[in-house]
Amino acid sequence: MTREVIGMAFILVGIMFDFFGVLGLVRLPDVYNRLQAATKCVTFGSAGILLGVFIIQGFNNFGFKALLGIVFIFLTSPVAAHAIARAAHRSGIPLTKETVVDQYQEDNELKD
Amino acid sequence: MTLQNRSRLFVFIFSFLTWLALTNVRDIEEVVAGLIVAALVTVVAGKFLITSEKSGHILRRIFSAIKYLVKFLWEMMKANLHVAFIVIHPYLPIKPGIVKIKTKLTKDSAITVLTNSITLTPGTLTVDLSPEKNEIYIHWIDVLSTDVGKNTKTIGGKFEKLLTEVFE
Repeated sequence: MTREVIGMAFILVGIMFDFFGVLGLVRLPDVYNRLQAATKCVTFGSAGILLGVFIIQGFNNFGFKALLGIVFIFLTSPVAAHAIARAAHRSGIPLTKETVVDQYQEDNELKD
Repeated sequence: MTLQNRSRLFVFIFSFLTWLALTNVRDIEEVVAGLIVAALVTVVAGKFLITSEKSGHILRRIFSAIKYLVKFLWEMMKANLHVAFIVIHPYLPIKPGIVKIKTKLTKDSAITVLTNSITLTPGTLTVDLSPEKNEIYIHWIDVLSTDVGKNTKTIGGKFEKLLTEVFE
């Protein structure tokens, strides 16, 4: 019983952070800022949901898969964010007007 | 055994164990399928895991890794609250920009872990690595300074020391 309550609490927190991530995806101005919200909150939120599943299920087949899922999300989600951000910058998608500095652009221009 | 073959053997055993953990093994077919999948993974990516001779005592490295993990989870909590704060703030208090930091890490695996950590910690997202593998370009949601040395300290510094102990 207590295990289920704790697990549900983790799932609730996870869903909350997933919601913040989605809200950031809608509200923030450009692709790079949106990626920030999407990677951080969604990684943490999904990890929270999976951890909740693990706590409810315990060390059986189901719970173990949830734990492995956390590891895979932590490893792959930042790499995907890096790939998207780099591709966006290389194909010339502009940063938002509020941007104060772009040292990546400066260095690339020096090389060309 | 050469370094590449040792890396391949390690990848094979590791991916096979992962397969066993993922599938509920009841029949011999699942084990055979696991062996085939592990072999495929090994052929494609086997040589990338271990690229240089180990150094440092294994227990000390594991201890450093645990310390690093605790620090990383703490930073990640902060990152999420930070993003949540920005997103629900009515005026979106952001000051984004791409800055550059330097890294002293040399191993590919260490740099990968460092860049992944940077992506998951407050306000920063790794965009690219310079071809010489000593500079990291980072999108920062709240730029505090544009000085390379200072940014290296604030963004990479907190992980770099521990990662040096773990990997090098």
